[in-house]
Amino acid sequence: MAALAPFARGLAAFAFAIGLWQVVVWLTGVPHFILPSPERVARALVNSRALIAQNAVVTFAQILAGLALGAALGVITALQLVSSPTARLLLRPVIVFAQAVPIFALAPILTLWLGYGMGSKIVTVVLIIYFPVASAFYDGLMRTPRGLLDLAQTMNASPWRTILRLRLPNAVPSLASGMRLAAVYAPFGAVIGEWVGASRGLGYLMLLANGRAQTDLMFAALFVLAAFTVLLHATIDRAGAALTRRFAEPEG
Amino acid sequence: MTSPPAVTIAGDALIGEARLFDGLRLDMPAGAWTSLLGPSGVGKTTILRLIAGLDTGARFEGSVTTSDGASLSGRVAYMGQSDLLAPWLDVAGNVALGARLRGERPDRARIRDLLARVGLDGLGGRRPHELSGGQRQRVALARTLMEDRAVVLLDEPFSALDSGARAQMQELAGTLLEGRTVLLVTHDPGEAVRLSARAFLMEAQGLSPIDLPPSPPVRALDAPDTIAAQAALLRRLREAA
Repeated sequence: MAALAPFARGLAAFAFAIGLWQVVVWLTGVPHFILPSPERVARALVNSRALIAQNAVVTFAQILAGLALGAALGVITALQLVSSPTARLLLRPVIVFAQAVPIFALAPILTLWLGYGMGSKIVTVVLIIYFPVASAFYDGLMRTPRGLLDLAQTMNASPWRTILRLRLPNAVPSLASGMRLAAVYAPFGAVIGEWVGASRGLGYLMLLANGRAQTDLMFAALFVLAAFTVLLHATIDRAGAALTRRFAEPEG
Repeated sequence: MTSPPAVTIAGDALIGEARLFDGLRLDMPAGAWTSLLGPSGVGKTTILRLIAGLDTGARFEGSVTTSDGASLSGRVAYMGQSDLLAPWLDVAGNVALGARLRGERPDRARIRDLLARVGLDGLGGRRPHELSGGQRQRVALARTLMEDRAVVLLDEPFSALDSGARAQMQELAGTLLEGRTVLLVTHDPGEAVRLSARAFLMEAQGLSPIDLPPSPPVRALDAPDTIAAQAALLRRLREAA
């Protein structure tokens, strides 16, 4: 029951939001191409399921590939930063600068360079999640207790073994929180990439539906994307919590 | 383990322009326990960290010398106030930490034997959070013994324990570290009196020796001369404060 409770609560909140939406549509009598009722969206979801599924697969693949690639790059960067003062000096300002450039401004250039295919979208996702992953993991690596590092020094530990066997396991909980953020940002990156220029994907479908005043289809695509994001976040959250239990001292 | 040397540290330490200590000289006899007591902030831990070769934040002008003339690098083990157990490793993994960090294969039989000697027989598979404070400090002691170093530096290692566990740990450490050159930094006069062959009170003006009972350490908790020496030391600490 206790494990079910959050799920039940989520379901209740979802039902409440749908109800509120329906009431607004009834009370205002707003035309369906401005705000379709939940029932119309549900019908669009069922009627256009093949179309939505085709495009969803593309977007999901971009999100997952970008997430994996961005996380790997972030982890490598953080390890690089922690093991070399020169890298800290040279790389850190570049990373912060890269993060300061709005992804909206970069997306058209990425499309220009990498074309309309999945490549430019994956790179957009990578760029958007790289910073949170790298900085969270780097913080964790640097937050290794002073006493443990002192102990390692008296034990004549080699520098890279100190990183591998002390700093890295100590930073696993921080990496998990970075990944939780990345899971929420990643779909955002893929959709921006598709808006700028694509021939497939949920972002593309949403833009197309909007242009044709098929607001119900747009909402249906949006719903699928949001549901996937929630699922992705929940999965990574659970994996992260399990890893944190494994690597950190339980609290209390 | 090489035969333990006597260790001498002599010199001045400065933090910025302020002097932490000046013209200090501490002689630690070979193969025996030396204790250092005194008010907080007087530089006891700095001395211990200087001998360990760790960062101190102070500028040290002086030298750490050994009776055999060899460097202390690789001959020192360190045990601090907190047990410093890695939460992701089990008990055996924590005892093997030094070997792992040097890229050596840990000697499993030796780990089992050391765990038995510190009274943790069969608990090698437990995680640190499943142990009591006293048990955790026993793991830290086993990890220190695993390193098998001639010089052992203890920085208030038992101060976080309750008095029962502390008395047990003192006896255990006193027995198991016998024959090594040990420096114990402590705030507990009873601990210094029980364990030391030589003890010093450290104050801003320098070190002064502390009178200890003639019996050899580890001295019984309730022996009259232990209690008398402890009371005399407590009086001196009160005057120094």
